[in-house]
Amino acid sequence: MRDELLSILEKNSRIDFKELAVMLGVTEEQLLDEISKLEKENIICGYHTLINWEKTDIEKVSALIEVKVTPQRGQGFDRIAERIYNYPEVKSVYLISGGYDLLVTLEEKSLKEIAGFVSDKLSTLESVLSTATHFILKKYKDHGTIINKDKKDEREVITP
Amino acid sequence: MRNFLSDKVTGLKPSGIRKFFDIVTEMKDAISLGVGEPDFDTPWFIRDEGIYSLEKGKTFYTSNAGLKELREEIANYIKHTQKIEYNPQNEVIVTVGGSEAIDIGLRAVINPKDEVIIPQPSYVSYEPCSVLAGAKPIIINLKQENEFRLTAEELLNAITEKTKVLILPYPNNPTGAILEKENLEEIAKVVIEKDILVMSDEIYSELTYKKSHVSIASIEGMKERTILINGFSKAYAMTGWRLGYACGPAEIIEQMTKIHQYAIMCAPTTSQYAAVQALKKGSGEVELMRQSYNQRRRFLMNAFKEMNLKCFEPYGAFYVFPCIKEFNMSSEDFATKLLMEEKVAVVPGTAFGESGEGFVRISYAYSMETLKKAISRIEKFVNKLRKAN
Repeated sequence: MRDELLSILEKNSRIDFKELAVMLGVTEEQLLDEISKLEKENIICGYHTLINWEKTDIEKVSALIEVKVTPQRGQGFDRIAERIYNYPEVKSVYLISGGYDLLVTLEEKSLKEIAGFVSDKLSTLESVLSTATHFILKKYKDHGTIINKDKKDEREVITP
Repeated sequence: MRNFLSDKVTGLKPSGIRKFFDIVTEMKDAISLGVGEPDFDTPWFIRDEGIYSLEKGKTFYTSNAGLKELREEIANYIKHTQKIEYNPQNEVIVTVGGSEAIDIGLRAVINPKDEVIIPQPSYVSYEPCSVLAGAKPIIINLKQENEFRLTAEELLNAITEKTKVLILPYPNNPTGAILEKENLEEIAKVVIEKDILVMSDEIYSELTYKKSHVSIASIEGMKERTILINGFSKAYAMTGWRLGYACGPAEIIEQMTKIHQYAIMCAPTTSQYAAVQALKKGSGEVELMRQSYNQRRRFLMNAFKEMNLKCFEPYGAFYVFPCIKEFNMSSEDFATKLLMEEKVAVVPGTAFGESGEGFVRISYAYSMETLKKAISRIEKFVNKLRKAN
């Protein structure tokens, strides 16, 4: 049940649990039990909402920042990662293989604020060697969801 | 002026769903549960392969029996899933959908006066294709108490000395019924004893929800008397690509290929290249779609249970076939009324044979959202009918 459950919840965390239990062929108690286990094990880490901010009046600017750092003795990248992810405006931090070390995504109200974050906060950290900032111009797909999908059922209405 | 039309063709019954089609098309906010094809798009990597083949200029005829590589993949797939070995050289033919395989398979084996046994309710083309091939269709009316499975006894009662072919349509459209190994073994015994040929339409073979599908051709002594038909439409959501295949004894495939060569030339080239990838890399996507169908199937069965609507549990395809006999109306009246009053389109069971009377086919090749909306309308309708009675 676990894999199937996770793949449904990943797409729709607001699904009715009674209905979900039916879909998975288990009782509601079994389902709730499994979900609370998944939460305890930190496999389910949160329930979020995917918002298309472009359609709102709220200004948001997002950027991807490539960061090169010096790993620290005994702690590798973890300590510097922590120093970065503790900033609330940082949306995600990934350790990356390849030409740089950390990929940081950032969300701010304006371009200026992002520039400020990079120059004042990020670049000044002692183990940060260099940064490269990429602004996001348009989101086509996020978290597996196509943002502006307007798909009609084009099948013939009745077929044998 | 003379009447130019063929008696054989004008004598065929028109399709039972046409009438509904016309009404639903015109109706605003009707929900149709009448579709016999997947709601998923063809997985992207398959579409991409089709596009790539066009970019590379693969736009010519293929060999009549189909691309060698595709026939090899088909043989491989059947060997892997059913433990049956077919020689891709002369025991596999790629057709324009499973439908063509049914047509040319029958034409390849039928002589005048031969009888073809067709269990019903079942897909609409077996009977007309038999007639067009010159055979006499003999119908077996399957029963709900047997979960619409064909029994050896029913088969035995239908066989005469003229019987040549048994059509075996499982997993079944419209009932969702399956046959399990035990059922197949009993049927195979009769088939071998009476020396008849089986045309096994296994187009829904990937969509089963109890055990994996078993082909009758895998039962001892059956490979040499089975035309196994399958295709890409249902498993890979590739209906519009029109691609199917048949596997069988070389002497039958040879004759089928002859008809195919003269009438069709070859199946669509782009589709064949895409299908090679479907077989090579598609199993993960198929499993995800199967899971999705199964979730919806459970949802519908539970909904029927809650509204007390009798329905045997189907373990195949993407249809449920609830019984509406309690309302004392014909399937067609029920379906028409449901459409007019609650704007939900289902297909009357009688579209798939007389024994479909008292049942309607509901397809769950729809999103959960659509199904939920439709179910609440059906529940309202059912309660209204019960109150009126």
